[in-house]
Amino acid sequence: MLEGKGLAAFRGEKLVFSGLNFRVAAGGATLLVGPNGSGKSTLLRVLAGLGRLEAGQLFWHGEDALADRVEHAKRVAYLGHLDAVKPGLTAVENFFNAADASAGLAAMALVPLADMPARMMSAGQKRRLALARLSVDPAPIWLLDEPTLGLDTASVARLGEVFKAHRARGGVVVAATHLPLPLDDAREVSLA
Amino acid sequence: MSFIGLIGRELRLSARHGADTLAALLFFVLAASLFPFAVGPAPETLARIASGVIWVCALLAALLPLDRLFGGDFEDGSLDQLLLSGMPPAMLALAKAVAHWLVTGLPLLLAAAPVAVMLRLPMENIPILIAGLLPGSMVLSLLGTLGAAIVLGARRGGVLLPLLVLPLAAPVLIFGVGAADAAMTGLTPRPHLLLLAAMLAGALPLAPIAAGAALRAASE
Repeated sequence: MLEGKGLAAFRGEKLVFSGLNFRVAAGGATLLVGPNGSGKSTLLRVLAGLGRLEAGQLFWHGEDALADRVEHAKRVAYLGHLDAVKPGLTAVENFFNAADASAGLAAMALVPLADMPARMMSAGQKRRLALARLSVDPAPIWLLDEPTLGLDTASVARLGEVFKAHRARGGVVVAATHLPLPLDDAREVSLA
Repeated sequence: MSFIGLIGRELRLSARHGADTLAALLFFVLAASLFPFAVGPAPETLARIASGVIWVCALLAALLPLDRLFGGDFEDGSLDQLLLSGMPPAMLALAKAVAHWLVTGLPLLLAAAPVAVMLRLPMENIPILIAGLLPGSMVLSLLGTLGAAIVLGARRGGVLLPLLVLPLAAPVLIFGVGAADAAMTGLTPRPHLLLLAAMLAGALPLAPIAAGAALRAASE
């Protein structure tokens, strides 16, 4: 269970949110909604342990999650606006663990592109590759920033299956989005 | 991802971008080749400045690839993924430093001997020069990694980087050239080499820790 109490964070020199409370149960999903600039991406980075938390506390199973950031990193899979795909490497080589590659590529229907260098891929295919890498991440907390941006309908449906499998294992999904996501009974947290 | 896995990934990326990788080595050879044209081909003049020229050129060549050491990862989001890979940031920085040395330092070390011959350094002094360059280039990779992590995200980081690293590298240069010069004048190079080794022993734990903290700060 992921729980935030009284969270506050800056983006640059602007306080984007404060006093934010939320709770995601094991197997649950939370959608962060709010207008541009309301701090959704900042919150996701804070939850990942990448951004700085100015006030409040984050708990994972009742314990302070950010006390040991290296330990927290092992619990977290994060996908930001950027795909973190290296153009010089092939789809398979872009996986951090080569052993995961075949399962991941299959999940996002990228098997035919396995040996294609990422520089030859379209924006949507790179996004799918980033999601394929996410799909084999055993971390229980998935933090996603606009995960379906640039995806075709078939890929969004595949992503729905990936989410379903992750939540069935007791994983947690927190996603910021303006587009409808294939997440059943997700709770919304609104950032004004 | 493991420490070794990250080094392997860096080496693979360097191999794919072969032109960038070779640039530092070619710069080293070309810059050193300019000196016979500038100061004249007289063997005794060249032999006198050879070790200094090789050290300065190696130092400048090692700086060339530094702004891409973390720059690419920072811009395409890979740095976030690396910080979340479960590896402490200091280990991440150490892996990057090792990769930088393997891709830049080691080729410079191999090229130093032919360049020394070209600059008329006496044959019997070449092993001492290499013995100084070995720990020296490792310290330069560590300091360079530190500098690259600190300027990450700064505007005009590429200009800032040499300004930050060159003063730190000055002691390495002094004792590196000192070792080679001592051998030329018939003194023992041992104290200079030991001091270089001491610098390596100091930089090996300290530079990655500081670089790791800088990487965290850059991601915030």
